This record gives sequence, C-alpha cells and structure tokens, in this order.
Amino acid sequence: MSMIALLGAIELGLLFALVAQGVYLSFRVLQFPDLTVDGSFPLGAAVAATAIISGIDPYLATLLAIFAGALAGLVTGWLNVRLQILHLLASILVMIALYSINLRVMGRPNIPLLGETTVFTPLEAFEADGLPSYMLLPVVLLVLAVVVKFFFDRFLSSEIGLAMRATGANPRMAEAQGINTGRMILLGMAISNGFVAFAGALFAQSQGAADVTLGVGVIVIGLASVIGGEALISPRTVFRATLACIVGSLLYRLAVAAALNADFVGLKAQDLNLVTAILVVLAMVAPRTRNPFRASATGGANRGKGK
Amino acid sequence: MIRIEAICKAFNRGTAMEMPALRQVSLDIPAGQFVTVIGSNGAGKSTLLNALAGEAIPDEGRILIDEIDVTNWPTSRRAGLVARVFQDPLIGSCGTLTIAENLSLAGCRGQTRGLKRATSQASRDRAAALLERLGLGLESRLDDLMELLSGGQRQALSLLMATLTPMKILLLDEHTAALDPKTGAFVLGLTRQIVAEQNLTTLMVTHSMTQALAIGDRTIMLHQGEIVLDVAGEERAGLSVQDLLDMFQRERGEILDDDSALA
Repeated sequence: MSMIALLGAIELGLLFALVAQGVYLSFRVLQFPDLTVDGSFPLGAAVAATAIISGIDPYLATLLAIFAGALAGLVTGWLNVRLQILHLLASILVMIALYSINLRVMGRPNIPLLGETTVFTPLEAFEADGLPSYMLLPVVLLVLAVVVKFFFDRFLSSEIGLAMRATGANPRMAEAQGINTGRMILLGMAISNGFVAFAGALFAQSQGAADVTLGVGVIVIGLASVIGGEALISPRTVFRATLACIVGSLLYRLAVAAALNADFVGLKAQDLNLVTAILVVLAMVAPRTRNPFRASATGGANRGKGK
Repeated sequence: MIRIEAICKAFNRGTAMEMPALRQVSLDIPAGQFVTVIGSNGAGKSTLLNALAGEAIPDEGRILIDEIDVTNWPTSRRAGLVARVFQDPLIGSCGTLTIAENLSLAGCRGQTRGLKRATSQASRDRAAALLERLGLGLESRLDDLMELLSGGQRQALSLLMATLTPMKILLLDEHTAALDPKTGAFVLGLTRQIVAEQNLTTLMVTHSMTQALAIGDRTIMLHQGEIVLDVAGEERAGLSVQDLLDMFQRERGEILDDDSALA
C-alpha cells in the first residue's frame, strides 16, 4: 500500500469516527436503530457545499450543516416519539425524504468545491514548508476526533447524559426516575445526526465535492466501525466505548484499503460494499468465538453500553 | 394526603373484550399512613398502583396529591411526588449502569437535570454512606455494573433509590415476591425501617395476607375492581387471616376460590 493510500485511509477513518460516534449514540445508547444517517451525511455535505459556493464563511457553513443534520434527527425522533411510528421505519422515511431535500438544497446532484475556500484551506499555507495537506489533514482530523470524543464523553457522564443512557437501557425505570424519555430520544437523535452531518460537511470539503449519492451505505460503515471497535476494545465504560468507535473506524478503513490494494486478491473499488458487509459479519461473529457469553439472548443490550 | 376520587379504568375499552379493572374506586390516604393492599389476581391491585404512578391513566375520576390534580400527568412528570419499587428487580434499576450511576439517577428524581458531572466525588461519598447501612458490602463496589448484583441486592438498592429524595407517596409493588424467603424478609425489614424513619406515606401491594396484616396501619382488599374491605386501627390489630377471609365472605356472599393466591 502506498503512503498516500495509507494516509488517505487514516484521513477517512478519522472523519468517519464522527459518524461512528453518532451511530453509537443512536444504536447503542438509545437502542434506536437509526437509518437517517444515510440521508443526514449527504445533507451535511449539501448544506456546507451550497453555503460555501454562496460565499458563506466555511466555518459558519459547517455549523449550518450540523444544525441541518440535528434537525433531520429531530424529525426522525418526532415521528417515533410523537406519532408513534416504529423507530426503524421513521428513520427510513426521513432518509428517503432527505434524498429529495438534498437535491433541493443543492439544486443539482453535484457541487464541486475545487478552488473554494474551505475549513481546510489554511492547511495549504504549510505546503511551502514541505508539509503537503494530505499529510497534515490526518493530524488535524485526529485532534478533532480526540476533542469531539472528550466532549462527548463528558456529555454522556453528565446528569442529562446519564438520563439518556437510562432511557435506552431501561425506559420504564427512567420514567419512574422522572426522566422524560421522549425528550431524551429527541435530543439524542439530534446530537447523533448532528455528528453525522458534521462528518458529511467535512467530507465534502476534504474531498472537494458534495454529491447526492454520498450517503449510500454510511450507516453500514458506521455500524461496522462501532461493532468492529467493540470487538477489539470491550466497551465497559463510556471512555472505552467512544475510543472503540474511533479505533473501529480507523480499522475499517485500513482493512478496506488493504483489501483493495492487495492486487493478488483481485478486488476492485466496486467490491467495497461487499467487503463492508463481510467485515461487519466477521466483526459480529469474532467476539462470540472468543467468549460464548457475549452474544447471548440479550444481544445488543449485553454489549456496548459501558458505564 | 393522597385522594383518589371514584376512578374507573377498563382495558380494551369500547370493544367486545372490554375488561373493567377498577370500578369507582375511592380512597383517601392521610400523610404518614402505611396501607397494605391485598386481592386475588385480576382484582385491580396493579392497576390501582399504575394509576397512582402514572402508567395507567384512569378513564374517569381524579387523583389528587396534596390537592394537586395529577390524574393526567405522565409518569416522569409526577416522579417528584411518587416513588416506586417494582416487583421485578431488573426493572427498578439499570443493569448496564454502575451502582454509583444508578444512585445518581435516583438522586435527581423530581429535579431538573443539567450538564453537571453525574457522579462527582461528593455524590459518590453520599452513595457510599447510604450503601453502608445495607451491610451488604456494596459501598466498595460503586463502580460495579448493576447487572452483577443478585436480585435481592438489586431490590434493596431499588428501595434505597426510591427513598433517596423526598416524595408524597411510596408505591411498593409486591417488591419481595420475586425474592427467596430470606432475602424477602431482609428487604421487608429494610422497608419498615426506612418507612418509619422518614415517616413515609406508603401503599404496598402484597400477595401475602399474613404480611398485609403484620405490616402497616391499614389494610384494604380489592376484588373485581372494587374495594371490598378496609380495616385499620383496633379493628385490624386483632385480625387473623381467617377473620379476613370470613369478613370477605360475609361482605360478598361468596367464597374466595383462589385461596392459594391470598394465603
């Protein structure tokens, strides 16, 4: 594998660590299987790209993208909590709706950002010193991933964060303790999809384009990262669980890059989704072979909650 | 003062399967009174408890807690007024959270939750001091997950959690029924101790008539959604289980067919 391919994989891994943390919040903390992600990722990209080409400051554009994602998550939560639509179906409805909305936002299926000022433009200043941005970008994204993880951990160990974890783990007990579980689901879904849209906005800016088809399979990649990370680092505490998200995301990208770069295997880019699906299956089976009690009847509830 | 005014609750309302669970039940519980509730399966005990807790909203009637009409308040909104220990030890606490985190959750009951760290050193010290009184050695296991504890330990903790912050009424839903006799006796002893100490207004549902008469100040019996017996004071002090059964028979003109559920 070339140096550039390796750095590219690390860059993507760190970027998608944001998606993994969002998916961890919905799937693991709230036990809400949320497919909105496939729509909120390109939504983040679309909002950021559209804002940037209209001359809005890229940082503000990224912030707008986060709010748009949070709003999408709120709609999914609202369909579930207030209209009592099954969580999985609610998220699929919003995901489908977002496809149209993303096209409306962009006005066309694709917006190139080449030559535009993005949040990563300042990195180009270091190129004169012999530090190309493809080397700096992973460093910047690593710092970002660590900072986000720190605040996310802090949030999950706050009184509200604890209430959110109780909502997912034992809603009846949560209600009896005075926690408005509906409100917790709304808040959690907003934060989760805010993370994902944030990743989408950064993805568009680092890759130089927003595209309406960006979202296909994002949820599976996020899940692959969460499950793979958990297989490696048992998520007994919040700290470990979010660390597992980052490690899992990096691992996923490295595994994919390795598979695609190993010429003797003969895999091509179009095989990516198949490789992903196989990786998820392997990650789900791996911990069971090591410890037969981990994937017992309680399944997901048994794993990945941490403290 | 808890006032229940002629509440009715039916399941499958408006269908051919309509099943009345409570018919015009009225009950006043003065502050500080410990009421035990008995009745056979399907008598409406759980529905009465759920109506007070907010999990079952009555079709008719009102529920007042200190003159506040809470009839239509959802569970979470009235959690500051009503505390509850469930029959199932697994429901009363969060298995995937630590002991310290569970106690912190309970410590915030009825208060607004913020972004403060939930398990600060101060709250951990408070939790350890509370756990010490149980004598189960849990004070040194604050960071253990709740699911590692036995059913009895979890139930004792659920009771501690329910009584951690002030409330207007404590609801005990056959909270010793799922435990072995020895552990059940321990949790019951703890219940009497805490209720007496904090002078709590308490409503305890039980399957055991002996227990119902031995504990508390007043005993009510539900049958087919109605209160058929209500004894307190001296009248109650001399009662035996057989007396209760006789009274029921005189009252209703029928014999309890499900004695085993009441014995």
